[in-house]
Amino acid sequence: MNINATLLGELIAFVVFVIFCMKFVWPPIMAAIEGRQATIADGLAASDRAAKDLELAQEKAITQLKEAKSQAASIVDVAKKHEAKIVEEAAGKAQAEKEKILASGHAEIETERNRAKEELRQQVAVLAIAGAEKILERSIDAAAHSDILDKLVAEL
Amino acid sequence: MSAAAELTSQEYIKHHLTNLTVGEGFWTWHLDTLGWSVFLGLVFLTIFRSVAKKATTGVPGKLQCAVELIVEFVGDSVKSTFHGSNPLIAPLALTVFVWVLLMNAMDWVPVDLLPWLISTVGGIEMSHVYMKPVPTTDPNMTFALALGVFILTIYYSIKVKGVGGFIKELTTQPFGHWSLYPVNFILEMVTLLARPLSLALRLFGNLYAGELIFLLIATIGLFQLPVHFLWAAFHLLIIPLQAFIFMMLTIVYLSLAHEDH
Repeated sequence: MNINATLLGELIAFVVFVIFCMKFVWPPIMAAIEGRQATIADGLAASDRAAKDLELAQEKAITQLKEAKSQAASIVDVAKKHEAKIVEEAAGKAQAEKEKILASGHAEIETERNRAKEELRQQVAVLAIAGAEKILERSIDAAAHSDILDKLVAEL
Repeated sequence: MSAAAELTSQEYIKHHLTNLTVGEGFWTWHLDTLGWSVFLGLVFLTIFRSVAKKATTGVPGKLQCAVELIVEFVGDSVKSTFHGSNPLIAPLALTVFVWVLLMNAMDWVPVDLLPWLISTVGGIEMSHVYMKPVPTTDPNMTFALALGVFILTIYYSIKVKGVGGFIKELTTQPFGHWSLYPVNFILEMVTLLARPLSLALRLFGNLYAGELIFLLIATIGLFQLPVHFLWAAFHLLIIPLQAFIFMMLTIVYLSLAHEDH
């Protein structure tokens, strides 16, 4: 154990090394470590936020989808009702048309029948006159007896 | 080992435990201790400074990772023990830890390698080559470290507690009565002085004993190789452990100096 000036030299070296380490080594390395820790923490927080955002977006998408579905259903409903109304209207119109056509048909038939009746009546009158002529074997003045004949025709 | 053949084992060991010196009396300088310790300190500071200059908060390189590992390890040790804010403690602990670790690691260099190299390259006879490459086996080295820590302890004790507070701490405990204050003072002084003494002697003793046993093993002839290997493997434990203990005690003593009772 011989303590000598070496101790002083080592003490000076120790002091110089510690001061150098304190000024130029420790602060930048620690700053780098702490900076990276902050970056990592930020990144983790951001990913957490992103996960939450994703969850929210998914929820939103689901609710929007539901809304859209219900809207589509209501639209389809309205459309069906509309369709039914149109069909009903068309049916009503067709019915009216049919009735109209039927009515006009009936009317035509009626006039046709009346005309046929009239014609028939005329012809019957002619036939009756012809028959009467043949029965009486003499000529009847058609003009003189037309009032009788008319009466006859009206009775037919 | 040509020199060992000419020397007795006792002379061989004594030769290896002699420093390379210049000067006389107190002004003797151990050139090997000074040279190796300063060289290793510069190795530490060069590596760490190069990393500090290029330190990035982004993806670190492999060297930066390794350095950050050590820095964070020391920083955590400081944080777990020292609960104040002092920008000196952590860099001091880092310097102590890495420097002592490197100096202890010189123990792994085979005991005859450096003397043999110097003798071969310099053409000097082996028995005239004095080289003790493990600075922590020199009490000057360990006492210099312990003394540095001790001075800081006293400085921060007075700075934090004031001169009166420091004297009060030394005299009013453990016994509260005024008549026992001298006894308290003696007890506290012993405690105070035992700290740097034990700090220096623990490191010195462990490494000196380790070196001595390496030298003893070197004298047993052919069987020294496996035994050397075993002892070197055992130093995987001792070298970092002693560096760690020195660092932890440095932190503990300084945190005690900051505590106000």
